[in-house]
Amino acid sequence: MAKQKRRFKGGEIPTSSMADIAFLLLIFFLVTTTIDMDKGLGMVLPAEGEEIEINKKNILNCLINSTGNVLLGGEAVDIRNLAKTVRQKIAQNDKLVISVKAHSASRYEDYVRVIDQLKQANATRISIAESD
Amino acid sequence: MKIQRKTQLDSEIPTASMPDIIFMLLIFFMVTTVLREYSGLPISLPKAKRIEKLKSKRHTSHIWVSKEGLVSIEDKLYSADGVRHVMYEKRVSDPQLVVSLKADERSKMGLISDIHTELRKADALKLNYSSKTAVD
Repeated sequence: MAKQKRRFKGGEIPTSSMADIAFLLLIFFLVTTTIDMDKGLGMVLPAEGEEIEINKKNILNCLINSTGNVLLGGEAVDIRNLAKTVRQKIAQNDKLVISVKAHSASRYEDYVRVIDQLKQANATRISIAESD
Repeated sequence: MKIQRKTQLDSEIPTASMPDIIFMLLIFFMVTTVLREYSGLPISLPKAKRIEKLKSKRHTSHIWVSKEGLVSIEDKLYSADGVRHVMYEKRVSDPQLVVSLKADERSKMGLISDIHTELRKADALKLNYSSKTAVD
């Protein structure tokens, strides 16, 4: 069998499709890049040593115990009805400061639910008391 | 005066540099995409309705709190008192710092309260309780 000698035909890489390939890569990276934004309840803590005296009648105490029950101004309230109650109280007194105090053994989940309810009631003056 | 007719110009967009331009774009997007994710701690976030988005990832710093009471910042474990030094340094380098607290829903309020105190001492006052969207 005779060995055929291959003719060299000007070897060049086709560059016309290069742009398409690069575009494909670009679109792939654009699509797969997930910009997952963090979401949560915003809160601004008071600065250290910035305790202000507030008139006692403008304070509404909101206590959370270790079993997740809420006491609002001396009355036991279901967490789900907290927003409604707080909204009524704010309507009566717009200077109302809600002081949230959680028991140190209470769950963070209950605390977040309370803060969420207060935010739903459009309460802007929320104070976090140190838990015992 | 005789108006000279201009010779027909070759009107074609040069496509030879097209791949270079697109590669440049590609590299730009690849470089600017921040993939600086810390693994944090295994937690299940609490659920809330009135949630807001954090404005910028660049100015956000996370604190993970697990249900066992572990506190992690940038994959390093700290005690509650150690939070102050870390957050203070962060706060000094970035005045717009927002602290995102990623705490497990079963973690105890005593620890969260300690972190509140530490953050106040570190002057990192903008806090965000990271939570999932609650559906009725």
